[in-house]
Amino acid sequence: MKAISFDKLRIQLGSALILPGVSFDVKAGECFGLVGESGSGKSTVLRCMSLLFHSWSGTISIDGKSVKEMGPFERCRTFQMVFQDPYGSLHPRHSVRTTLSEPLKIHKLDNHIERMEQALIEVGLPVDFLDRYPHQLSGGQRQRVAIARALILEPDILLLDEPTSALDVSVQAEILNLLVRLREEKGFTYLIVSHDLAVVDHMCDRFAVMQGGKVVEVLPREAIPGNEAIMPYARELIAASLQYERTVE
Amino acid sequence: MTDLNMTPGVKPAAQKSKAAKAQWLVSTQNLVLFLLKNPTSAYGLFVLALLIILAFIGPLLATHDPYIQDLQNALQAPSTAHYFGTDELGRDIYSRLLYGTRISLTIIGIVSVIVGPIGLAIGTVAGYLGGRVDTVLMRITDIFLSFPSLILSLAFVAALGPSLYNAIIAISLTAWPPIARLARAETLTFRQTDYIAAARLQGASSFRIIWRSIVPMCLPSVIIRLTLNMAVVILTAAGLGFLGLGAQPPLPEWGAMIASGRRYMIDSWWVVTFPGIAIFCVSLGFNLLGDGLRDALDPKQLNRR
Repeated sequence: MKAISFDKLRIQLGSALILPGVSFDVKAGECFGLVGESGSGKSTVLRCMSLLFHSWSGTISIDGKSVKEMGPFERCRTFQMVFQDPYGSLHPRHSVRTTLSEPLKIHKLDNHIERMEQALIEVGLPVDFLDRYPHQLSGGQRQRVAIARALILEPDILLLDEPTSALDVSVQAEILNLLVRLREEKGFTYLIVSHDLAVVDHMCDRFAVMQGGKVVEVLPREAIPGNEAIMPYARELIAASLQYERTVE
Repeated sequence: MTDLNMTPGVKPAAQKSKAAKAQWLVSTQNLVLFLLKNPTSAYGLFVLALLIILAFIGPLLATHDPYIQDLQNALQAPSTAHYFGTDELGRDIYSRLLYGTRISLTIIGIVSVIVGPIGLAIGTVAGYLGGRVDTVLMRITDIFLSFPSLILSLAFVAALGPSLYNAIIAISLTAWPPIARLARAETLTFRQTDYIAAARLQGASSFRIIWRSIVPMCLPSVIIRLTLNMAVVILTAAGLGFLGLGAQPPLPEWGAMIASGRRYMIDSWWVVTFPGIAIFCVSLGFNLLGDGLRDALDPKQLNRR
């Protein structure tokens, strides 16, 4: 279990200020949510942390060690990411076997077959799916493969970039329950981005509300039902979500 | 299955090669069936097959030695003795055409083998790495593109000396830039996708990402482009042969055959007509095959098969 700390994460591209300065801490073993409207910088925070995006300043550290100072292999073994769109996150010409064995080959791990089968079993897929191609899988199955790919390097932290928003509602529940179970079994630290407060309510211990690249407020999950947010924007967001749920019910 | 599971070391390896083979066979079979469904691409496939078969068994079908001169029988009209007539030195044109398939196939084969990998490598590296590497590689490509290919080939052959293999090198030097451009454009559309990001998060090196993730995605369009290019290659080779800079006499290269026969064109039409028809059929065949492959390998239609 590892803790993550974001300190004054800032992105400025020319005159455009993308993130003015994001600071928050994720405790070891915690499930931390990032919510906010589109374009509020939630996914950007994850992309900065995974160094898919380089030009940022400030520090992101895992157990006190900056991600920029970690070697690439150490970084990969520390955290992995699950992407939003399972239709775009699996290579269309790689079979599940290739998808899962690539990271093992890169990191020169042993027992490829056992590890791949173990990863598939953990995400609830039959072992003979190894020889399937992405176009032979449903959306939920693809997302499970993507999660298996993230698990196979045995990271301590999983970054989840809206892991369910591209999926059907019933499949969403399956994937969320899978993620909850995995966390109970393996003690992952989760950093989950979502625009759906129901997902956050289901999964997270604490969450941060973001607006325009800033963290407006960090709240515990218990604050959602009674809308105990203090900042006006966070109150508004939670109220809107609660009202929507009531209408649906 | 249960008894197989007892030996985990053996089973997966055997299963993997079997599955990989099956996948490869099935997709090739689907591809051929798709090409055969459409008459134009079926024609292209037929021409390619015929070219390969004739290159192998051509000597068996040939009625005469393509190099033996028989001045008594020079410029004979097509007849049962000489199906396509004889040329100005009395050589059998039918036999020369058959032997010429080997030369054409050699040219196409070597040019494709040189041009495909070079274009693919330069294009994908430039597209994936971007920045200065991209600028340098693409400016070099632009320089090669800014010469008309036949003129550049002419210059190379003039510098290296006329021969079949120099012609092949010259054609290769002028044929890779469009492939590189294409591969770069394809790479630019793939480099931002999530599966490339996932590969980077797994610690894959740039080389590994290019080779394992990007090249397979670029390959279909490069193959299509190469096939369409083959028609141009044949025409350029024929053009160089016609100008006397490609295959040297007495090699039965089709372009060279037209060149040597053009003086007798008015009186003896067959000397230039049959090599001309051969060049026309083959280059048309490759064009149609390329079009068919484009329909068959289009990534957007991938899910259908």
